[in-house]
Amino acid sequence: MKFIDEYRDAELGKKLVNRIEQLSTRQVRLMEFCGGHTVAIMRNGLRQLLPPTVEMLSGPGCPVCVTANADIDKAIALARLPDVIITTFGDMMKVPGSYSSLQQVRAEEADIRIVYSTQDALQIARDNPKRSVIFIGIGFETTAPTIAASILQAKEEKIENFYVLCLLKLCPPVMKALLALGEIKLDGIVCPGHVSVIIGSHPYEFIPRDYGVACVVSGFEPVDILLSVAMLVEQIENRKPRVEIAYRRGVKPEGNKKALELMGRVFESGDADWRGIGVIPASGLKLRKEYAPLDAERAFSITLEPVREASGCICGDILRGVKIPADCKLFRKVCLPEHPVGPCMVSSEGACAAYYQYGV
Amino acid sequence: MCLAVPVQVVSIQDTEAEVEIGGVRRRVSIMLTPEAKVGDYVLLHTGYAINVIDEAEAQETLKLLTEMISFGEDA
Amino acid sequence: MDETILLAHGSGSKLSHDLIEKNFLPPLANPLLARLDDSAVFDLSGRLAFTTDSYVVSPIFFPGGDIGKLAVCGTINDLAMSGATPLYLSLSLIIEEGLTLDELNRVVSSVKAAAEEAEVKIITGDTKVVNRGSADKLFINTSGIGAVPRGVDISGANAQIGDKVILSGAIGDHGIAVMSQREGLKLSVPVQSDCAPLNKLVSQMLEASPRIHCLRDPTRGGLATALNEFAKQSKVGIRIEEDRIPVRDSVRATCELLGFDPLYVANEGKLIAIVASQDADQVLAKMKQNPYGVDACVIGEVTEEHKGRVIMRTRLGASRIVDMLSGELLPRIC
Repeated sequence: MKFIDEYRDAELGKKLVNRIEQLSTRQVRLMEFCGGHTVAIMRNGLRQLLPPTVEMLSGPGCPVCVTANADIDKAIALARLPDVIITTFGDMMKVPGSYSSLQQVRAEEADIRIVYSTQDALQIARDNPKRSVIFIGIGFETTAPTIAASILQAKEEKIENFYVLCLLKLCPPVMKALLALGEIKLDGIVCPGHVSVIIGSHPYEFIPRDYGVACVVSGFEPVDILLSVAMLVEQIENRKPRVEIAYRRGVKPEGNKKALELMGRVFESGDADWRGIGVIPASGLKLRKEYAPLDAERAFSITLEPVREASGCICGDILRGVKIPADCKLFRKVCLPEHPVGPCMVSSEGACAAYYQYGV
Repeated sequence: MCLAVPVQVVSIQDTEAEVEIGGVRRRVSIMLTPEAKVGDYVLLHTGYAINVIDEAEAQETLKLLTEMISFGEDA
Repeated sequence: MDETILLAHGSGSKLSHDLIEKNFLPPLANPLLARLDDSAVFDLSGRLAFTTDSYVVSPIFFPGGDIGKLAVCGTINDLAMSGATPLYLSLSLIIEEGLTLDELNRVVSSVKAAAEEAEVKIITGDTKVVNRGSADKLFINTSGIGAVPRGVDISGANAQIGDKVILSGAIGDHGIAVMSQREGLKLSVPVQSDCAPLNKLVSQMLEASPRIHCLRDPTRGGLATALNEFAKQSKVGIRIEEDRIPVRDSVRATCELLGFDPLYVANEGKLIAIVASQDADQVLAKMKQNPYGVDACVIGEVTEEHKGRVIMRTRLGASRIVDMLSGELLPRIC
């Protein structure tokens, strides 16, 4: 497969590992921000190949993991309304809220359908004019333009039974919040590759400038990640932190202008509640006033039970890189993929799921 | 946020395209990449092409790679 | 207008009898079935293998097969995995009212074709019809009886340290073929289910070596789950090489698109064999002579380390755990 196989080449990978070993003279701590990077690193066993001077920490870049219980509870409450069809990406099905999950609610006769694309959700709305089709809009900037596009299409075609529960979040604000918290000392960040396809690399410039932390925007194949680690180590060893793009085939410094334009038309930034971190101002997206009729939060009235957090769950600490899955008392004992306590275990790219599934 | 796969554009109809990877085909939206042409490779995320892969830029990564490695081999 | 199956077809009435005489007996004809007694009575001695399985696949027709072919091959393969020669099957149908006669006949044809290929007779059966909504078009149960040759002792608990792990061909075809038909996904995937009866392949393998310790067909949960079962049952470690596991391009591509790992995708015409290392080459050679084993290869070995776990050496030379499948495979975007 073109643009994939070349970046899985074992020889290239080994040479990059050698290079990293040569370059690295002192202990450094890197954070792979994005859950997709955590999975790729675990699945390819990259942690084992890196020299002991390079430590990799998982970050909060998993949109499912950082969805607060209150928001999952909202999705479940909407699912229980009459004549509603919930459409969602598969990732959200098993995530536990305060009392239940979409998967459980589906078993209780709610109409919940997994879709691959917002386009499919729109089609379900066209095919079921008498019912309300609500799309659970989780994601970061990679997914935001696809949701914006579907909202614009719904408005243009006058599809009046299509709604979005907008739970979209933004990466640069949470990166800033983490760095400002200062709980962990980071030397470099592997920046999310596909988010950057949309937003470009400029939004990360504050990181080396204000915090002295190195940044490389990385692709997701093993060679991509190893190249990015090598570039980060080089920046750090030379004490020249800056923003570089390793994922040149995907990311331009200015991002995807068309996608950003569509996002700007449909969304405005607002506060968002990040599991484990709390409310971060201007870190999420909300539908602009003109699109209020499609906003599930405004169009439907639901009552929520009090929000409950699972006791003993330290997903929050794991998301901030303060703890690793092995530190959690519930990991592998009570919290397992078959019955997850927190989203880090349930989400396919949650740190705990990745460590459980692949960690030797 | 992360799953995006490089696929090739086989045909275009208005704001949609038929794309192909490893013999598998799907109709996807090119609303976010109106500049895509038949034969281009695009990154596909949840049924939308999110960018057009620039071959020249892809070469840049390979250049970065080669520099990084050969530096190591000369040293 | 399509003739459809009605509740009356399952009630034991004249309609039921007609259905059996016109639609089931002719294609599946054999003396035992034709008697239409309450049970089939026959002579059999020696060690026997007995298995049962129910089939609820949706959609019931998919590229490369249908629920009928699956129901026959699945149960035959379960017998074959114990080293048994499959002899007789029962066939029970639970039909949702409204299934067309045409659909039913197609399924029965597939049942016939699969049974003939495997040289197995269907000697007893049952038909029930349920209300619309109480079954997803058609559910099938097949139970099977086979004879285990003297000296054959194959079990998931028999793996020995140093044994080789052999896979009969590319993984993921069946699961992807069925998944590609799911309405929501709209993928056009040129993959056929690999559904096939493996009893003859297994007999040929047993001719090549008396030291085949374990056999399993990696159905639900895929290769990863079956290997984990062996590791736990035999209390050994299993080590496999990512590079050696064959996967078709289109299966790989679909897995990339949906976020699946081919290791967990179901197969219905493949087997894993754990064989004494000195016999691995001759077993492999024999397998390659059978159409269902042409792509057979060694993918790993049984080890003393990591007892109960399966470890995979990745392309890049690092190792990682391959766990069992937990829950279902869901398409993901992250």
